[in-house]
Amino acid sequence: MKFLYDFGYLTGSIHEWLSARMDPPVVTLVETIIVAVCFMILFAVLGLVLVYAERKISAFFQQRLGPMRVGKWGTAQTIADVIKLLFKEPLVNKDADKFLFNLAPYIIMISAFLAIAALPFAKGLHALDFDIGIFYVSAVSSLGVIGILLAGWSSSNKYSLIGAMRSGAQIISYELSVGLSLLTIIVLTGSLQLSTIVESQADGWWIFKGHLPAVIAFLIFMIASTAETNRGPFDLAEAESELTAGFHTEYSGMKFAFFFLAEFANMFIVAAIGATVFLGGWMPFYIGGFTGFNAVMDFIPPIFWFLGKVAFMIFMMMWFRWTFPRLRIDQLLTLEWKYLLPINLVNIVVMAFIGLMGWHF
Amino acid sequence: MKEIEEQEIQELESQEYFINMGPQHPSTHGVLRLVLSLDGEIIRKVEPHLGYIHRSIEKMCEHDSYQQIIHLTDRMDYLSCHMLNEAVCLGVENGLEVEIPERVKVIRTIISELTRLSSHQLWWGVMGMDLGAITTFLYGFRDREMITDIFEETCGARLTMSYNIPGGLMFDIHPNFQKRTKDFIVHFKKKLPEYDKLLSDNVIFRERTRGIGVLSKEDAISYGVTGPSGRGSGFSCDVRKHNPYSAYPKVEFREILREEGDCFARYKCRIDEMWESLNIIDQLIDNIPEGDYKVQTRTVIKLPKGEFYQKVETARGEFGVYIISDGMKSPYRLKFRSPGFSNLSALDKMSRGCKIADLVAIMSTLDLVIPDIDR
Repeated sequence: MKFLYDFGYLTGSIHEWLSARMDPPVVTLVETIIVAVCFMILFAVLGLVLVYAERKISAFFQQRLGPMRVGKWGTAQTIADVIKLLFKEPLVNKDADKFLFNLAPYIIMISAFLAIAALPFAKGLHALDFDIGIFYVSAVSSLGVIGILLAGWSSSNKYSLIGAMRSGAQIISYELSVGLSLLTIIVLTGSLQLSTIVESQADGWWIFKGHLPAVIAFLIFMIASTAETNRGPFDLAEAESELTAGFHTEYSGMKFAFFFLAEFANMFIVAAIGATVFLGGWMPFYIGGFTGFNAVMDFIPPIFWFLGKVAFMIFMMMWFRWTFPRLRIDQLLTLEWKYLLPINLVNIVVMAFIGLMGWHF
Repeated sequence: MKEIEEQEIQELESQEYFINMGPQHPSTHGVLRLVLSLDGEIIRKVEPHLGYIHRSIEKMCEHDSYQQIIHLTDRMDYLSCHMLNEAVCLGVENGLEVEIPERVKVIRTIISELTRLSSHQLWWGVMGMDLGAITTFLYGFRDREMITDIFEETCGARLTMSYNIPGGLMFDIHPNFQKRTKDFIVHFKKKLPEYDKLLSDNVIFRERTRGIGVLSKEDAISYGVTGPSGRGSGFSCDVRKHNPYSAYPKVEFREILREEGDCFARYKCRIDEMWESLNIIDQLIDNIPEGDYKVQTRTVIKLPKGEFYQKVETARGEFGVYIISDGMKSPYRLKFRSPGFSNLSALDKMSRGCKIADLVAIMSTLDLVIPDIDR
């Protein structure tokens, strides 16, 4: 069970085992394939687990049971739905731009794949560790908006187009807030590398160490990242009661499922970034002086710490979605440009001052 | 050069385009078709196209006996079916000049108010859902379920009850009726503040509804917008107050009036009306007089020659029945004045210059039921 605490043992032994049998280029190729397969499996599992979680959590908020029929406690419901979607006919609108229409879901999926590859899951379980990790993740995750715009444009449906335009305005605006709120913490870490950021929190998470500005940054990050993933109360791009289904009105079958899956993957990605930067990534929770307590915390493997924090963030996002009414497009943009962005800029200056003076813990 | 630039600017200026909202759309709540003329997201004009659920109920009434007409009225505004039944019954009873027992009047009033509550609960749930808060829908239905259970026990039907007949009620109330209604009142008085907590006090909700879709008092009167929608603009139009019928003269209640005329005023009117309905039921539930539950009328009712009009207050506003009788067993001509139709006519006035999202909010605060509009 040693590898649960440090995945370096596992990955190292696999590497040694392969190196003993193959040439170095082949080893690299095989390892790349293994990693890619792992991420694909992760994607599938994420889809299954998060869709089930969303159903059960929304049921909990709405005083009902949620899926109960397929499998014990309805656990196989998502699998049944995927099978249904696989058998559905992929309809294409007569006037649609077929090439772009078919391309759009893949762009969204690709952007989610690219972003998820750079996340530090646990000690030694980190596929891509750039020195510009945060920058990379926020850059590739914003590629998704191109997919949404293409979907809306190529569907030849006015509802889709309105949804896509809304989504474009929304994601481009809120990208700023996500970036700036992350920068607030990066001022203290002095590095964009995700592994360094996690290690810098070994003695305490940034949300506790960074005083009030860190808390403000965290709140802004929660709001902005919910908006960036197009989830309620910011789900204007889909806005069921206004635009029927927004940018994916015309999609059916597996292409629709891709949009759906990408939404959940994006939710996982922003939750993971938030957990990594603000909540200490896979670092356990320590209280200074409580050695017994800290030892117990150490006993929980890092991967569970990471997944627990991500689950907490995702739960918060689902809580938002099932509680709040939706904003209007002008209110959404007002919130970003008139409130979040100025607060963020001031917050960064305050944080830089704190960092300069060395007032943080 | 300058001319070309100006021409380019003119070409680049946004053009109006049209969107068919409905007949199949999640927030038109039925088969209403709105042709929106849009400039970007801003609405320039709203044109309702009706007729997708027209069943010519008024024409059918000309061939049916007065007992049968009751069942047709259920199918119009299905959420306030009891009041519509009552309107026809009261009209026929006036024509026949029969005296209705006090017991019938009180029971009719209690059930009317329960129907109003159930309609408003459903409206509240749908209102939240239209604005994106899906959870309210299920909360509204949770409480509505108790009322429909009471109805089911009383007359066997949950939605289209047809409990009234000319001359009284179809059956007497169930022995459990008073107890269950009281249980419901206790339950709902606890839950109604929850409605405020979840939706009315929410910042986003207030921003979405305040100052949106303003309808002035003059416009409300000239368009004939009645019910909570009209009272939200300060138009005092409660039939229960101005032309009391059944047991309403005996009970004390407030007519909810608000001056603002925006979506939030209309919303708040309905929420306050729920409190008033609870208040009315409170006053009556322990004082149901003993007596007959119906007066025996002839099997074939023939109204005397003449014209009869009766209006009642449904959950959506003033509902009128205009009967012209030539002395035969079915009316010569029958006209329904449905509140939904007049309320819808003000939609264009209210939503010009708003955004699509506002239109959805305005439509929910008008509380449209499409079969009521089309008939």
